[in-house]
Amino acid sequence: MKQIALNRLDELFAAISARQTLLIPQQLENGDAEFRPWSAEAKLYTGLKTSRSAKDAFFPQVENLVGFKVSEQGIELMDTRDEVQPFTLFGVRGCDARSFDILDRVFLAEPVDTFYADRRAAATVVTLACNRPETTCFCQSFGIDPSRPAGDVTCWMDAENLYWQPNTDKGRALTEALSLLEEGEEARAKRVEEDIQAVLKRLPLKDLSLDHVGAGKTKALFDRPEWAELSEACLGCGACTFVCPTCQCYDIEEFKSGGSVRRFRCWDSCMYSDFTLMSAGQPRPTQTERFRQRFMHKLVYYPDNQDGLFSCVGCGRCLVKCPIHMNIVKVINALKEGTA
Amino acid sequence: MQGVKQKALELLTGGKADRVLGWRRGETFYDPTPGVFASAEEVERDFVFDAFCGANLSKYLIALDRAEGVTAVFLKPCDSYSLVQLIKEHRIHREKVYIVGVACEGMCGYDALMKAGIEGVLSFEEEGDALKVHTLYGDTVIARKDALLSKCEHCKSKRIVTYDELLGEQGDEVADSGRFDEVARLEKMTPEDRFAFWQNELSRCIRCNACRNVCPACSCEKCVFDNPDSGIRNKAAADSFEENMFHIIRAFHVASRCTDCGECTRVCPQRIPLHLLNRKFIKDINELYGEYQAGADFDTRPALLNFQTGDCEPSIVHVRGGERA
Ligand code: SF4
Ligand code: SF4
Ligand code: SF4
Ligand code: SF4
Repeated sequence: MKQIALNRLDELFAAISARQTLLIPQQLENGDAEFRPWSAEAKLYTGLKTSRSAKDAFFPQVENLVGFKVSEQGIELMDTRDEVQPFTLFGVRGCDARSFDILDRVFLAEPVDTFYADRRAAATVVTLACNRPETTCFCQSFGIDPSRPAGDVTCWMDAENLYWQPNTDKGRALTEALSLLEEGEEARAKRVEEDIQAVLKRLPLKDLSLDHVGAGKTKALFDRPEWAELSEACLGCGACTFVCPTCQCYDIEEFKSGGSVRRFRCWDSCMYSDFTLMSAGQPRPTQTERFRQRFMHKLVYYPDNQDGLFSCVGCGRCLVKCPIHMNIVKVINALKEGTA
Repeated sequence: MQGVKQKALELLTGGKADRVLGWRRGETFYDPTPGVFASAEEVERDFVFDAFCGANLSKYLIALDRAEGVTAVFLKPCDSYSLVQLIKEHRIHREKVYIVGVACEGMCGYDALMKAGIEGVLSFEEEGDALKVHTLYGDTVIARKDALLSKCEHCKSKRIVTYDELLGEQGDEVADSGRFDEVARLEKMTPEDRFAFWQNELSRCIRCNACRNVCPACSCEKCVFDNPDSGIRNKAAADSFEENMFHIIRAFHVASRCTDCGECTRVCPQRIPLHLLNRKFIKDINELYGEYQAGADFDTRPALLNFQTGDCEPSIVHVRGGERA
């Protein structure tokens, strides 16, 4: 284990950034936080979570796929792919770190999504233990340990130091390049970990029960009457899907101007009325079916396809951001009530 | 506010309404969800009304207008402006709703507690002008005025425009709400600075459409931005120009019908101050066509839907520099 004094964090960031691009959570003028490239003026956000999740680093909201130039000579293909350079993503929380595994199983399965794969390969992920988990956090229900988050490097912070534990080859390579890191005091990192564990035991959502959802539950849950009431006030906006670190759906659209076409992909939302629209009609005609899809996907279909793994990491973003305060916890609990 | 749940029970059992539109209790303190209650048992079990019931229920009445019978609804002063505007636009029939006006001291939001640095909130109690907040790290007290939703910070009116009965006292318009102060500040900026301000704000937009979907003035059955046949549908901004256009087009479309209910800003997950766009339009309308408040009455026509030969000429927009010519 290594460590560095908090008042030398800027030196650490400068050293990483001399090697490759560094993204850290930074506070915006309105108090929210976002992952942004480090610069000498940048300050590390000390709150818990970024508004948008860390998935943006691998799966951006909009991305060019290919371009076409149409002329009398024919159609010319243009490679619009951005070149991906190695980068470090610092300050990822345990929930977002798990979301990368969930996205990997989709994007890195055959046929591999090379856009996503290139970025994943280029990234070194440095995670940070959550000193003050919020009352909206329920990552522990999904077996995530926010006091010791997975990542190429795991970090802890107390009032004086940042403790730095490399876990993988990528993490060790980064660590070796950072000669300013000092020998770390494991006992102190351990104390941070224990303090976090104590808070986790007191979180209101710690006992969220998941036994009635999961792989194999399609028949039991699909036609449950609760869906109607749960979805009755849903606005059909995409807020919950766009802030979610595990939502992975996208659409492919084209931007046409004069003789050229740019084909891009952008996030899509199963909550939208045209999500499954096809020439034969709309198989999910009302918001109730769309709403059910979002939660069945996270709680049943994905686990069905991925050895029981849920595609929610309990980050709590949808709990805070939904305009009507509907969320996955309410869904899980409502479905439990009617279960024998 | 006491008595709201009691009233809901009374309306259902007394036969005044076939259903009640109100709020369902959440899992915790900040998260009630709008809900329709059809029976007294349901009200007993789930109904809640407290400082965190900020959502404006008016727009749900468009869909409920098609249901048989009468829907009773609880409306705060600002919500009542939205409902009246929707009735004027023939989206809701007045006789299909039984309106219970609820006096309001401003509604609270989770964001405001976070902004005040209160972490680990578990529950709260209303104690006069303050909220007593229980947290993982002990109890604390916050003044209600410091815990308000953004839309309540500059409340324009405590008057409930129309109602069948009232819980609490009827109020007045708030003359010194200060709701245009921030707009005036933006008007004083140089065009470059103002452009930079809006570009910075709008560049955070994730096009989730929450602002549009919650907006009572956005009641089109199919928005052009959702319609694959419109030629301008876009799920995400392909460039920053489009990002600006979405918001400016929306602001134009609701101009003079927007009641300044503030829901768009309340729901934005990226906390973009959309109300400043709408208030700019309202301020301009006030200056160019005379004071106009959408939803304040049943008879007047929205300024931009009411051409008069004496109306100011469009060029005035370019020459007046923010002041009435
Ligand atoms: S659940 Fe909430 S955030 Fe998601 S689509 Fe419905 S209203 Fe929007
Ligand atoms: S469903 Fe909600 S809590 Fe779960 S990962 Fe997505 S945003 Fe987070
Ligand atoms: S609610 Fe906010 S993020 Fe969503 S579309 Fe509106 S402005 Fe953009
Ligand atoms: S634009 Fe915003 S303030 Fe105006 S009516 Fe719509 S939601 Fe309310």
